Amino acid sequence: MRDKQIEDLKDYKYGFSTDIENFKAPKGLNEDVIKFISNIKKEPKWLLDWRLKAFERLKVLKEPDWQKPKYPKIDYQDLYYYSAPKSFKDKPKSLDELDPKLLETYQKLGIPLNEQKRLNGIAVDAVFDSVSVATTFKETLTKQGIIFCSISEAVQKHPELVKKYLGTVIPLTDHFFATLNSAVFTDGSFVYIPPGVRCPMELSTYFRINASDTGQFERTLIIADKGSYVSYLEGCTAPMRDENQLHAANVELIALDDAEIKYSTVQNWYPGDKDGKGGIYNFVTKRGLCKGKNSKISWTQVETGSAITWKYPSCILKGDNSIGEFYSIAITNNHQKADTGTKMIHLGKNTKSKIISKGISAGFSDMTYRGLVDISPKATNSNNFTQCDSLLMGNKCGAHTVPYIKNKNSDSNIAHEATTSKISEEQLHYCQQRGLNPEEAVGLIVNGFCKEVLQQLPMEFAVEAQKLVGISLEGSVG
Amino acid sequence: MEKQLKIDFEKKLKDFSYSDQEKKFKETNFKEFLKQGFPNRKLENWKFSDLNQIIKSNIGDLTFYNDYKKENQIDKIELINELEHNKIIIVDGKIEKIDFKFEDKDKIEVLVEQGEETIKENINSLINLNNAFSNKFCKIIIKKNYSLNKPLVVYHSTNKNTQSKNTNSRIDFKLEENACLRLIDIFKDNSEKNFLNIYYNFELDKSSILKNYKIDKATNNNVKYSYNNVNQEANSISETFILSSGSKFFKNEINCDLLGHHSSAFVNGIFDLDDENHHEIKSNINHLVENTKSYQLVKSVLEKKSKAVYQGKIFVSSEAQKTDGYQLSNAILLSENSEFNAKPELEIYADDVKCSHGSSSGSLDENSIFYLMSRGLNYKEAKKLLINGFLLDVIEKITDEEIKNLIKNLLGVKE
Repeated sequence: MRDKQIEDLKDYKYGFSTDIENFKAPKGLNEDVIKFISNIKKEPKWLLDWRLKAFERLKVLKEPDWQKPKYPKIDYQDLYYYSAPKSFKDKPKSLDELDPKLLETYQKLGIPLNEQKRLNGIAVDAVFDSVSVATTFKETLTKQGIIFCSISEAVQKHPELVKKYLGTVIPLTDHFFATLNSAVFTDGSFVYIPPGVRCPMELSTYFRINASDTGQFERTLIIADKGSYVSYLEGCTAPMRDENQLHAANVELIALDDAEIKYSTVQNWYPGDKDGKGGIYNFVTKRGLCKGKNSKISWTQVETGSAITWKYPSCILKGDNSIGEFYSIAITNNHQKADTGTKMIHLGKNTKSKIISKGISAGFSDMTYRGLVDISPKATNSNNFTQCDSLLMGNKCGAHTVPYIKNKNSDSNIAHEATTSKISEEQLHYCQQRGLNPEEAVGLIVNGFCKEVLQQLPMEFAVEAQKLVGISLEGSVG
Repeated sequence: MEKQLKIDFEKKLKDFSYSDQEKKFKETNFKEFLKQGFPNRKLENWKFSDLNQIIKSNIGDLTFYNDYKKENQIDKIELINELEHNKIIIVDGKIEKIDFKFEDKDKIEVLVEQGEETIKENINSLINLNNAFSNKFCKIIIKKNYSLNKPLVVYHSTNKNTQSKNTNSRIDFKLEENACLRLIDIFKDNSEKNFLNIYYNFELDKSSILKNYKIDKATNNNVKYSYNNVNQEANSISETFILSSGSKFFKNEINCDLLGHHSSAFVNGIFDLDDENHHEIKSNINHLVENTKSYQLVKSVLEKKSKAVYQGKIFVSSEAQKTDGYQLSNAILLSENSEFNAKPELEIYADDVKCSHGSSSGSLDENSIFYLMSRGLNYKEAKKLLINGFLLDVIEKITDEEIKNLIKNLLGVKE
């Protein structure tokens, strides 16, 4: 039974593409395209100006080249920067009006978009190519004053909030891909939790790249006002295509006094085939700002997809007593490459951060943990603990650790440890002796290796992630 | 600076009659240096120590020409008295004296050459600078099965009136099968504000043993860079110990290629820094074949505005199964202005390996101080005792008893 399941899952299960007519902006990157995007989204002038300013800046920026995974040059003029399902031109008022084909796609993906089939009350905002499709559970959330909608909607309905916070964590003048996103971002989620509110359910977004030749540039902005709490989930998939697709998202989190944001990602973009052809380039900028006192931001990520993953979810610990956490599992197989890690920038007093990173590489893949811990002179009595472990399967793959540790404060402590090893023969033997086949044994051991991180995920995600860990390593044993 | 470089280089070429090959070698290196200049923070290896900036702010404009015909006085240089030793004395980059008086003359060969192409690739622009401006570089061969009776001490010194000068020196060592060399580098500066650039090249044949101890203790305002390249054949052992303390700026770079089975490399270091000193150790241990071992331990004690940097890299190629690599760095920051930066890096392409690293930095443990004070010590004594124990860990790693005692005395560390 299990063998059959594995057989079914062996190939990328989300590799279907949906046959929906798409409405695209003309190919290429120029002012007209930016104006086109802004116009079609009926954006106010300040936002268009903001985009154009980013575009001006982009002209002088160069693509960074210090990362480990190299990729062929991307022709930015050969991409579509806006793609929307055609039937979307007039936005549906409710779920009944949705294109049935879209609903079908989401059912295949297993997201309970349909409210009747809801999964224990997770509010979903699904982003399909560039447009947010529908947001469930709106009413319950609205009652509490929580705003959870697409960012385009937020621009229309809550411009003051967007204007106040957009670009405060990832400024226009940041690195190449972040600025590219600022210029052409299409959609994404917007969350605002009012003071003192504990969000009653997990908020969730599902991203999917459908159309070919499109880049997906979504922008997520989450603001947790004083004393509030929110847990946010993000999942990603894409159909199988031969060519590489670019995904350059920006995620900004802002936690004010006593607020807490928990951000979990399960990233399963199409990784390319066994020979490394195709797949998504996942170049994402994620950054959280602990702006207020006693605030907390926690990143949890399970990275199993994408041809190249290149991201460093970071925390800027500005408020006194603020806490930053980063839990990560990154699995690479076949020809996948990942360069991921985090940055913990301690600015406030008594700030604490914790980094747990588990990397597993198999096949011909390459995994790099790259992280920065920077304790500034004023961050008295700060603490950091970092642990990064790597597991290697076979001698064709690589596992690398590149931590940058800067301590400029004598009252602060930093501890860092890293190990690299393989699955021991003894453990494998023990499991097989008890009747597991080699693949199941590896799955079990790897799940144990990742347990510390998997525990951090919300319930519904943890189950999915555990399965994903097993699936990603299929074919890497023996 | 470019103008000065060109003038000095022309002058240098005129001083000696170089063969066409040597001339070409020097010119290629010179052009490469002109192109790259001094390393700056844009280069990954120099991220934490911008040498270009350091030279600018500490020295200003450098000159590069040294008159190698001039005899330098060497009798004023303070020698080590505690220990009988062979010696090499280098003044302003010029080797003034080579003395192996305790050794069997047939077993040691000293070649003085005008320059020879032995470099595999461009390492960094400072090696180019060294190749272009260093004088004769000397090659010392220790014959098969010979183990030196006494350690060899290399004194790196400068003339009193030397100022704002760049001096370059290079020595190559070849240890034949089963040979053994104990090498101590001591820095004795008579001048200030110079940039010393030192390049060592070691070839370790089968079963040979190299022990290199670098001692930079005397306070001075010079800027120094030292590069050790070690190629190791089967069963060879290299041990490097660095005491980094006195200079204004000092970067020690160790590159070890473990090319033979069961070869091992040990790199240990102590940063004992004060004032505004800024020191760095950068190690590159390349495990290239099966069954090799490396071990690194670096401890720092940082006072006032000092800054220490440790960049340690372990590279394991896909052939190097059964590698054992370990790296640990600990730092104690004693002042609110001191700074410790580390980049312990692992790059691993083989699966059956045991590699790990650890790094920590922080203040002295208050509980331990309290414990000692409750036993009647005052704060100063307690602090001293704790630091003493902290550094002793590294000193105990020194395998040569004589030299271990010498270093203990220098640091004032007791057991």
